[in-house]
Amino acid sequence: MQWDVILQALPKLLQGVVLTLELVALSCIAGLIFAIPMGIARASTRWYVRSLPYGYIFLFRGTPLLVQLFLVYYGLAQFEAVRQGPLWPYLRDPFWCAVITMTMHTTAYIAEIVRGALQAVPAGEIEAARALGMSKTQTLLFITLPRAIRIGLPAYSNEVILMLKGSALASTVTLLELTGMARTIIARTYLPVEIFFAAGVLYLLIAYVLVLGFKLLEKVLRVDTGQLGR
Amino acid sequence: MIDLHGFGPALAAGTLMTIKLALCALVLGLVLGLAGALAKTSSSWILVYIGGLYSTVVRGIPELLWVLLMYFGTVNAMRALGTWLGRPDLELSPFAAGVLALGLCFGAYATEVFRGALLAVPPGHREAGLALGLSTVRIYWRIILPQMWRMALPGLGNLFMILMKDTALVSVIGLEEIMRRSQIAVTASKQPFTFFLVAALIYLSLTIVAMIGLHFLERQASRGFVRATV
Repeated sequence: MQWDVILQALPKLLQGVVLTLELVALSCIAGLIFAIPMGIARASTRWYVRSLPYGYIFLFRGTPLLVQLFLVYYGLAQFEAVRQGPLWPYLRDPFWCAVITMTMHTTAYIAEIVRGALQAVPAGEIEAARALGMSKTQTLLFITLPRAIRIGLPAYSNEVILMLKGSALASTVTLLELTGMARTIIARTYLPVEIFFAAGVLYLLIAYVLVLGFKLLEKVLRVDTGQLGR
Repeated sequence: MIDLHGFGPALAAGTLMTIKLALCALVLGLVLGLAGALAKTSSSWILVYIGGLYSTVVRGIPELLWVLLMYFGTVNAMRALGTWLGRPDLELSPFAAGVLALGLCFGAYATEVFRGALLAVPPGHREAGLALGLSTVRIYWRIILPQMWRMALPGLGNLFMILMKDTALVSVIGLEEIMRRSQIAVTASKQPFTFFLVAALIYLSLTIVAMIGLHFLERQASRGFVRATV
């Protein structure tokens, strides 16, 4: 193990960490925003509301993230209409392609989490809200969603960690995030063990910090007391 | 329907390679996961520590990084081993590296699934085995493992689906599975969307086949049990 090489590569790797964090943060936040309405629709009792989100979730969970990324980054350029379209400056950029793909991918997973959380809200609490004269929308906004957020939070934190690991795939579309940066440095130094080891440790550190952050959030939202029913 | 430009047989061969890779990694992963779970539930603190370290470290680092590390990181070690064995050009093939990396990742997650299932076997069964004078190995082989299998199956099924999608990552080190074959077809035909879409459909159908297979396995494993009504 050549420690001085790791030390030399560290500034570059930290640049990669920043890009990794940007990818994860953007896709997980945007994914959550899209996933909440989709999860609500997925949990609907009407089949025509339920079926479209079901199809979306099935497609995105049934295919690898790598294929989805290649479809967006390499695939869309096949169509003349896309290349002439107004979105082309974004769809040409690997960063936005990665963000779009990761968002669509994680939306499917988070929507499934939202559905599970919504269905886990005790029926008695919803009935109580209805009995107090709350409308359906009020019940959803003030009773069901706040409860579901607390139920779904641990699963959401798992999904964020999975997206952190998924972001490594962005290196295959020329992005220099942590894995991409590591591969570039290795191409120059021919020391794969040292550099990949350093990158692995950095990933572990990020995951550790994320887990700590979510634990803190759970404490703030009092997830445990909510579960116990006090 | 879709014009494959004569790449149909190549894609079929790639599909076969993906299936082979997934099954080999599954076998390795099951062995590692079982070993990890037995270590984590054992009474020796050092084994508990090793098991915990394995599942934490491997789960915190992206699968892609493991694939790259297995392939590029073992070159020197394999050369040293090869020189010692008298075959200096010894190296890991992309297939072997893929099986090792994916098996390692599957094993880390399977450790947790198996551990949960092991703890779900009533302690009375173990004690009954002890009272009958069975050896520890026999208790595990005859009493605990057959019962644990049933409880671990749904979790393992999920992990297998993830594993199958992760096989796409091995295309990065040049193994000729579905993704690599589609990339070759894309370079020749200049139709990225078509071929990556076909790849996505192949993965989707593999997922569906796996889902059906798992359904039957679960039914087989839980025969004689009434599904618990909550």
